[in-house]
Amino acid sequence: MAGKFKVAIVGSGPAGMSAGGRAAETNVSHILFEKSDHLSDTIYKYQKGKFVMATPDVLPLRSPMTFQAGIREDILGTWDKEAAKHKVNVRFKSEVVAIKGQKGNFELRVQGGGDIVAEYVILCIGLQGNLRKLECEGADRPWVQYQLDDPDAYSDETIVVIGAGDAAIENAVALAKQNKVIIVNRRDEFARVKQGNLNLIAEAIDKGIIECYYNSEPGHIGDNYLLLKTAEGEAKIECNRIIARLGADPPRRFVESCGIKFPSKDRAALPELSGSYESNVPGLYILGALGGYPLIKQAMNQGYEVIEFIEGRPVKPADEPLLESKFANINVPVEEMLQRIRQNVPLLSGLTTLQLREFMIDSNVHTPRRGDVIFHRNDYTNSFFSIVQGNVDIQINPTNTAEVVGLGQGQFFGEMGLISGRRRTATTISASDDCVLIETPRRSMIKLVNSVAAVKKVLDQTAMARQIQTHLAPAVPTSELQEVVESAKIESYPAGHVIFNEGDQGDAVYLIRRGSVTVSRSIAGRNLVLSYVPAGNYVGEMALLSRKPRSATIKTAVATEAVRLDGSAFNKVLDKYPDLRRRLEAKYDQRLVENVRMEASPESGSLIEFLVAQGVGEATDVLLIDESLCVRCDNCEKACAETHGGTSRLDREAGPTFASLHVPTSCRHCEHPHCMADCPADAIHRASNGEVFIDDKCIGCGNCERNCPYQVIHMAAKPPAKPGLLQWLLFGMGPGPGEDLEAKKIKSSSPKLAVKCDMCKDLAAGPACVRACPTGAAIRVNPEDFFALTIRG
Amino acid sequence: MHESILVYRHFRYLKWAVTLTVVAILAYVFHTPGEPANGGTWLGYTLGGIGAGLIFWLAWFGMRKRDYAKPTGKLEDWLSAHIYLGLSLIFIATLHSGFQFGWNVHTLAYVLMMLVIASGAFGLYAYIRYPRLMTDNRRGTTLDAMIVEMAEADREIRELAAKMSDEIRDLVFDAIDNTTIGGGVRRQLEPGRSGRTVAAIDKVRSAFASGARDQTETSRRLISLLTRKNELVVRARNDVMYKAMMDVWLYVHVPLSFALLVALVAHVIAVFFYW
Ligand SMILES: Cc1cc2nc3c(=O)[nH]c(=O)nc-3n(C[C@H](O)[C@H](O)[C@H](O)COP(=O)(O)OP(=O)(O)OC[C@H]3O[C@@H](n4cnc5c(N)ncnc54)[C@H](O)[C@@H]3O)c2cc1C
Ligand code: HEM
Ligand code: HEM
Ligand code: SF4
Ligand code: SF4
Repeated sequence: MAGKFKVAIVGSGPAGMSAGGRAAETNVSHILFEKSDHLSDTIYKYQKGKFVMATPDVLPLRSPMTFQAGIREDILGTWDKEAAKHKVNVRFKSEVVAIKGQKGNFELRVQGGGDIVAEYVILCIGLQGNLRKLECEGADRPWVQYQLDDPDAYSDETIVVIGAGDAAIENAVALAKQNKVIIVNRRDEFARVKQGNLNLIAEAIDKGIIECYYNSEPGHIGDNYLLLKTAEGEAKIECNRIIARLGADPPRRFVESCGIKFPSKDRAALPELSGSYESNVPGLYILGALGGYPLIKQAMNQGYEVIEFIEGRPVKPADEPLLESKFANINVPVEEMLQRIRQNVPLLSGLTTLQLREFMIDSNVHTPRRGDVIFHRNDYTNSFFSIVQGNVDIQINPTNTAEVVGLGQGQFFGEMGLISGRRRTATTISASDDCVLIETPRRSMIKLVNSVAAVKKVLDQTAMARQIQTHLAPAVPTSELQEVVESAKIESYPAGHVIFNEGDQGDAVYLIRRGSVTVSRSIAGRNLVLSYVPAGNYVGEMALLSRKPRSATIKTAVATEAVRLDGSAFNKVLDKYPDLRRRLEAKYDQRLVENVRMEASPESGSLIEFLVAQGVGEATDVLLIDESLCVRCDNCEKACAETHGGTSRLDREAGPTFASLHVPTSCRHCEHPHCMADCPADAIHRASNGEVFIDDKCIGCGNCERNCPYQVIHMAAKPPAKPGLLQWLLFGMGPGPGEDLEAKKIKSSSPKLAVKCDMCKDLAAGPACVRACPTGAAIRVNPEDFFALTIRG
Repeated sequence: MHESILVYRHFRYLKWAVTLTVVAILAYVFHTPGEPANGGTWLGYTLGGIGAGLIFWLAWFGMRKRDYAKPTGKLEDWLSAHIYLGLSLIFIATLHSGFQFGWNVHTLAYVLMMLVIASGAFGLYAYIRYPRLMTDNRRGTTLDAMIVEMAEADREIRELAAKMSDEIRDLVFDAIDNTTIGGGVRRQLEPGRSGRTVAAIDKVRSAFASGARDQTETSRRLISLLTRKNELVVRARNDVMYKAMMDVWLYVHVPLSFALLVALVAHVIAVFFYW
């Protein structure tokens, strides 16, 4: 063994580098491993000149290294200087590939030799993972590369791009502007890529701009050629450069191989950590993005703190002032309040101190007085509430506010919106003067549910009982539903899954709790969509009531979760409550009538089918254009740009059309917005009317742009201000209203941030696009209402 | 759920315009000024005032259209009102003039106004007729996609034509080289037709009929490709035409509106000087 250190730090991102700096500063024997040949590879790989943000502003920085919002190059330069000044013992080009042993004696195996032993290990390798490499002979030749920073830097070369994902396509298309490009696809088509990229590559191949080898794999790489194994045999391609974009392996497998446990299989799950960032392996610490702290400043603070913890110097976490301000309105010290929460709210009692602190930093504490409304029925807010103290009343009957269900200390509410992604189902008011509530945003709740299995279980069980009661049997007392609830199961299906087929024997009722389904029937050999059923409704009751086989096929429109209720248990309740049976039968009759109508007008069914295929089923509000009225004036786009800092968030022309109904490329304000999933800055929110919007915390990382399946998010710099209307009209000062800045080559110096439709939530009269349409062709609709209209004719 | 600007809000603005017109006509009929009806009577001043007000308001539409951030109102409302009240001007202004036309600035204003209204009426016709035609003609694709498809067809056609006789080859190449989509204003406004491509098809077809045996397969494929290409050309040209029809009239409507405003001001100043 080459050396023994007190701490080994793996990864020199903000977290590792800061830990290294603190260790060096306080003379702790340490070594910092970095697999690339420079510090902080994730930030190194940001786009050139990217403006790096230092959010959250309120969080103080605690690190021997400095960090301020600024240009990527400046930040990296400062860190290099400071690391040298502090004499951080960093070893570059040293990837740690295995960590074995236990506290006091960890063995680290390093790629290329130089293994070491350390008492403590700090793992801060971020989330970028390892780029997959080619495995054929010659893959290590210098003209084979796995990344492409600037496509414009190459010209007049013959370049082979290997890979069939978004990155490969984007690179190939960008390179083809100045080079001869050949793309190699292992399969016979480009699947699993964004529609926009698919169009790009298909067009480039069609036009002969890019040559494509399908069903092919590299066999051997020589001095100036690539030997391909194709379905027809071998092909030799002479080229100047090979760019392989094969994706990355997430770091999870490596982390697990070190003995660290994850609480669930979910992609979003994070390892459980103690209050001092220690994992389940004693002596092994996890910091930064890998530990669930996705921002630079947080990561740097942790780097500092972890050295203090290891050295046995207690530190108050840097976020203490944040928590103090959260609890200011109840005047309780932080420690005591956390203790009280843990005692009073069973759902949160299993959280580690660190998890609870994180949870509380994201949350808000409210102290409503008796009678204060917490949220209204039909609000679109999606936060979650836990009751630390006091009582609340839930008004279960919208027509009679006196009909309430009371909840007390330790219980929670607001979980329905979290699960269904839909409007609040009931108004909730405070029922005592000493109420203390914790309101937690959706994102933090989802993180928690995926990281703490117990939370998920309690939440699911409680929610299920409440959903059955709310949507199916409001008049039946909870005790009578016991058997139904006990036999109920939560099932989840991917989009396009058939829950049951026409003609099947029916033995269950399904309550859709998330997503939506279509109801269809086969008529004259054709599948005809009869209806669209969103979350909060049930299907499958017809067979149960009529005791006949299933009369229609139920297929999920989007990823869907349903509560499956056992038929016999349910029938027993029906027998006991004839009122309920009558209500179901009435609904049944209504559905029969609608079905007959839909069978008579198959176009309506086809329209629904088309829209569902476009993913409209998961939308809460979608822009549609009636092309038989649209005069193609693009006033909608102009209005969008003019009201949103010069960049239109909608593309009218793009997008599919069916029977003169056009679905332009524009945000649908999804029930469960994909864009929100991975935003490190927590900058994407849902407003109370349902608008999904990005606030000014955005740091421009581009995750949301990649995650949105409908390509409606762009990264754009704020263009400079335009002259006023009269200045333009009278003095010809350009560019005028609706005129494109880009056409005038006006460049902006501000950072590129994510922009998307916010449904003009700040304009009283609603979306500017729709209001600027002179002919009324553009409308924004809620798909549920729209489908209901279509079905009722 | 979608309705056109004409039926918008159950013809609210049509009702307003009709009311205004009927009142104006009745007033004109029952008004006995003791002199030939003209713009100088009290009714003449009233109708002139209403007319001028309307004209300025109608022209303001151009400003309102660009006030995108306006927190209230829909442009559809404005356009629906613009159309009906604009049309009612025909009556208001005519009654105001008392049918006293001559070679003067007054009549110039009147003529300009009628031209603006006529161009507006054409615009309305275009707005109602062409969107549907354009959608049907596109069949779910876009103009760009059609052009891409045409380029692809051209590539294959060239390959095949190279194998045919010199005469046919030249004809086909000439057809490809000289087929353009769009162009000047006149070209854009013409409906889609096809000259050279059709001529080429005819030629290949007659060669096919009399044809040398070994060329039949090539000719057959060439004919089918040329036919497909031709269909695309016609559709693409129609697409350009529909768009041009929806745009072109505004180039008359707007400048004439400005001219009208100038003439109107001149008219008002003139009458105040002479009276
Ligand atoms: C495009 C983009 C823009 C962003 N913009 C901002 C912003 O403006 N502001 C902000 O606060 N945050 C931003 N972020 C988030 C921020 O970059 C991360 O939160 C931060 O880098 C996480 O730091 P880390 O130390 O946990 O890991 P990383 O920075 O990811 O560092 C991990 C390091 O470990 C090395 N490594 C990995 N595996 C091994 C191994 N086995 N052996 C040795 N070394 C290894 C890697 O090479 C890398 O250098 C952005 C993220 C992206 C992707
Ligand atoms: C402020 C508004 C207006 C005022 C005060 C006004 C005033 C008058 C007067 C006083 C006359 C009589 C002139 C005469 O008999 O010689 C007149 C005539 C006329 N006006 Fe107007 N007018 C107004 C608006 C308009 C408008 C909007 C139009 C149409 C565009 C118009 C078109 C005419 C015509 C065509 C005549 C007849 C000309 C003639 O008599 O030879 N006027 N106007
Ligand atoms: C004297 C009367 C009128 C005046 C001064 C007038 C003026 C204008 C102006 C300034 C615009 C704005 C154009 C732009 O900036 O893009 C406009 C648009 C328009 N006008 Fe008129 N107009 C008149 C009458 C009419 C009439 C009678 C009709 C119909 C019958 C009509 C139909 C239209 C239409 C369809 C538009 C286009 C709207 C759009 O695409 O946004 N106008 N008019
Ligand atoms: S940006 Fe994309 S993912 Fe997010 S709400 Fe809009 S359509 Fe859905
Ligand atoms: S809004 Fe998008 S680009 Fe901005 S920080 Fe969040 S995920 Fe990244």
